[in-house]
Amino acid sequence: MSPLLSWALAFALGCLALAMALSLARMILGPRAEDRVVAFDCLYMNTMLVVLTLGLIYRSSSYFEAALLIALFGFVGSTAMAKFLLRGEVIE
Amino acid sequence: MSGTTPPWVDALTALLVVLGALAALIGSFGVLRLRTFFQRVHAPTLVTTLGVWSLTLATVAQLSFEHGQLYVHSLLIGVFIALTAPVTTIFLMRAAVFRARMRGVEIPMPGDPPSVDDATRGPAGVDPGH
Repeated sequence: MSPLLSWALAFALGCLALAMALSLARMILGPRAEDRVVAFDCLYMNTMLVVLTLGLIYRSSSYFEAALLIALFGFVGSTAMAKFLLRGEVIE
Repeated sequence: MSGTTPPWVDALTALLVVLGALAALIGSFGVLRLRTFFQRVHAPTLVTTLGVWSLTLATVAQLSFEHGQLYVHSLLIGVFIALTAPVTTIFLMRAAVFRARMRGVEIPMPGDPPSVDDATRGPAGVDPGH
């Protein structure tokens, strides 16, 4: 791996960690539940990008499945929470 | 580590990775910074489009040149996110509008003429969060 790419990957990991911290801050101080769900959405997206970046760093193609699972379960969780906010029940 | 990728592939991957990480950072900063909820829902879109697609394409480029064959499994993530993120966002917007109306906030119906303060302060009556 060239030094340019390793530095770029380290910079990307730092940026993504900062992004996760920012969404976590909104999740903590969001005034209402909707804000927290939006922040959670952003947080799991950033987590998935971190996993993809780790897959590039360790040159392993098996991190992709973990990222796909994170995306899948994050979507299910966010949709369930939004449905709960809309109706008061997830499955009617 | 025996990196056998040509230098231009490394440069392309580095560019895509930095672009995606910066997009994710800007989107998350928007989630923290924007004032009302109806402005905040739009910020993660930057993460789910530019961030996800550029990192996905970086993974595709790197792994394809590493394995010597086309490796497009990662594009599945981009397609999946592109299909599911709008669903979640629309659900959340509906829930937020419903809950704001339950609290007694005046939210204009679709078709109403837009008020002047829509452009600056979000929907009328929605109190800025922070």
